[in-house]
Amino acid sequence: MSIQTLKGVWWKKVDPSEKVWLGIALLWCLILFAMMPLWHLKGGQNPSFETYRTTAAMFQAKVDALVQKAKVGEEKGIPVIAPDPKEDVYMLGRLWQWSPVLKLKKGQTYRLHLSSMDLVHGFSLFPLNLNFMVLPGYDYVLTITPTTSGEFYVVCNEFCGIGHHTMVGKILVE
Amino acid sequence: MAAVFRTCAHTGLKVHNQAERLIKVHAVAGVLSILFGGIAALLVLLTRWPAVHLLDPTNYYRALTFHGMNMLIFWIIFFEIAILYFAGPILLGSRVAWPRIGWVGFALMAAGSILIDVAILQGGADVMFTSYVPMRAVSHFYLGWILFAVGALLGVCNFFATLVVARAERTYEGSISLVTFGGATAAIIALVTLAHGAIIYIPTWLWSMGYVQNIDAGMYRLVFWGLGHPSQQINVTAMVAVWYLLATLTVGAIPVNEKVCRTAFLLYILFINLASAHHLLVDPQLSPAWKVWNTSYGMYLAVLASMVHGMTVPASVEVAQRRKGLSKGLFEWLAKAPWGNPSFAALVLSITLFGFMGGITGVTFGAEQVNIISHNTLRIPGHFHSTVVAGTTLAFMGLTYYVVPLIWRRAVVWPRLATFQAYAFGLGIMIFAGGMTTAGSYAVPRRHWDVQFANSIFQPPVEPAAYLFLGVMGIGGLLAVLGGALYVVITVVSVFFGKRIPDVAGAVPLAAVPQDTGKHTPISGTLVLVFVFLAAFIIYYFLNWKWLSDIWLVK
Amino acid sequence: MADKEEQKEKVPLAQAFFDNIFLLLVLGIVVPVVFYTIWGLLEIASIPLAK
Ligand code: HEM
Ligand SMILES: [Cu+2]
Ligand SMILES: [Cu+2]
Repeated sequence: MSIQTLKGVWWKKVDPSEKVWLGIALLWCLILFAMMPLWHLKGGQNPSFETYRTTAAMFQAKVDALVQKAKVGEEKGIPVIAPDPKEDVYMLGRLWQWSPVLKLKKGQTYRLHLSSMDLVHGFSLFPLNLNFMVLPGYDYVLTITPTTSGEFYVVCNEFCGIGHHTMVGKILVE
Repeated sequence: MAAVFRTCAHTGLKVHNQAERLIKVHAVAGVLSILFGGIAALLVLLTRWPAVHLLDPTNYYRALTFHGMNMLIFWIIFFEIAILYFAGPILLGSRVAWPRIGWVGFALMAAGSILIDVAILQGGADVMFTSYVPMRAVSHFYLGWILFAVGALLGVCNFFATLVVARAERTYEGSISLVTFGGATAAIIALVTLAHGAIIYIPTWLWSMGYVQNIDAGMYRLVFWGLGHPSQQINVTAMVAVWYLLATLTVGAIPVNEKVCRTAFLLYILFINLASAHHLLVDPQLSPAWKVWNTSYGMYLAVLASMVHGMTVPASVEVAQRRKGLSKGLFEWLAKAPWGNPSFAALVLSITLFGFMGGITGVTFGAEQVNIISHNTLRIPGHFHSTVVAGTTLAFMGLTYYVVPLIWRRAVVWPRLATFQAYAFGLGIMIFAGGMTTAGSYAVPRRHWDVQFANSIFQPPVEPAAYLFLGVMGIGGLLAVLGGALYVVITVVSVFFGKRIPDVAGAVPLAAVPQDTGKHTPISGTLVLVFVFLAAFIIYYFLNWKWLSDIWLVK
Repeated sequence: MADKEEQKEKVPLAQAFFDNIFLLLVLGIVVPVVFYTIWGLLEIASIPLAK
């Protein structure tokens, strides 16, 4: 009985009917494990580990420089930039805004740097459902290639205070 | 202080009166917490249901913080400590090693939870239960965490001390029972958890008062989840121990093979805590090697353990039933099971929903890359409401219907309503979590007041299907809230007004344990069920990789 | 009688290992603290500064 203390030896042989399940379950677990390294080798979607320490001031300066160089307009008071795929792209999150708006080209590959000026934010590309964390003090570099065109939005999906649900940015792909 | 014992007429167990009292106070505090958390659940539910959208933003975020704390931390941990006082002293027929420490621990936990609840209701801690720095709450919120964690730690240490005392005083011979072993596993996991809690909350508390300048956001997330996730693993482990216990109480089940069951618990001890990494898979501060190794619990060995328990528990039920003569075909043992017993209903729903919904979604979303299409969407609360709510909470509810007669020695009032309660809660959470998880696959964020983004500068178009599934979530949630409310009412009324149960054998109906025939009893029904489970697992898992491959390229 | 004989049976080493909760406790602390916490903190500490 499961609630009785046990006298004597309970280390006994396992019945074959149980062994079948143990073996198959173990095999499935190894497959589960193998999928992750395999996807790193062959798959197209993997979390990056290109990360640098930064500060709000350092990162803001990079965003400002890029906006100066690549600004093509403004939407709702937020600069719109059309960056060259050869240079690094910067986007910052702060209470409660993503800036700048990006204009990207389908099929081109960009190095997108993300950082936060204040609290922790969540970068959620909507409605595609591609999610990464944006932390203050960290410059996270995602190497992304848009494979679909249209209007996409950056929804903040980590709670960041009372205006959290208003924090939406934009990415245009043509 | 000489220990005072009574012998339970129904189970023959020797019960130390201090153990019994400590169980009672912890259980009461737990039920109070689920009451508070449940009220907040209703408010939050009605806000996330777009057709209702009840609260304003401030109150929604406040209620959500309150719900997370009272449910995940207070209800679950109070109840777990109660289980440790049962699995330790009572199952070993021993005295509680340190009764006074037990009371001090309880007082600290109670004080901590009150401080936290007050801080939240004052509006001083709208930070969610994760309180990611540099978001700041009032300092007594962090102090409350520290008190609660230290109190729980004392309860856990008391359990270990009781193991030592029981052995030294020879209250038993041989090995501790399987349920006690499961309790010990939970207690080991709890020590790791609470230690991380102390490491992170002491500096954060000092920071909240200005004595520490800066806490790194990435470091906080790493250490916080060393607390936050393992506390869920205590749940899982305690829940599995309760499964074994309920299987014994409801149908007289005997573990089919102690070696297999205990080895599965050992895999939990060694590996389950690595899975704290689930929360950090799309964070900047950790490498893929760290992520892959930790998120997979070191090659999924803790998942293997859960798959083993998911087989051994039903198998033990099957064997017991077959030995009672219900051995026709594959499933007579299951068809003729005591479905009207609320605890049995809770057991079956808990195993099924935990496995098919919570387990499958958890392992899938916890794959490093699949997390890209799951992180911080409603898929995540959808997943954990099927583990910690449909799994753990329901199992604890089922156990309550034995705690009341055996510990309070009162009959459960309205037993048929109790049966309805278990089904309503289980099915409600099933519908609720199914709706929530599916809505999340349309990228609907969690912890978010406004599904439509009506107040933001841009209005992203939301899939109409997402609204449909949020409606499903709402309806299922209402049924679950009804089930939860009935649980609190039945429990409270029984404890105060239930008929007193006389101390004579048989007054509490416990299932007889069938004789071991010495022959092997087949478990073919269980094997069919677990292979159905595996098929569902495989399909859902690879579907998600397919969905992942449809998004942009990223590396 | 049968009971007594059973007790005299030698307890296998594996079973004795499982009976030693405090050994399990040590292992249960060391594994996650090393792989999750310490490894994680080392990685965080070695992140380079942005140029
Ligand atoms: C009556 C049943 C319940 C209902 C209807 C319910 C409903 C909800 C809803 C709607 C959310 C909000 C999700 C969001 O907006 O992000 C939520 C969050 C949550 N629930 Fe429940 N819940 C129930 C029971 C429980 C129980 C029993 C537990 C724990 C044991 C629990 C733990 C949590 C946690 C940890 C969160 C996340 C809080 C956060 O994001 O900080 N819930 N619940
Ligand atoms: Cu934000
Ligand atoms: Cu936010």
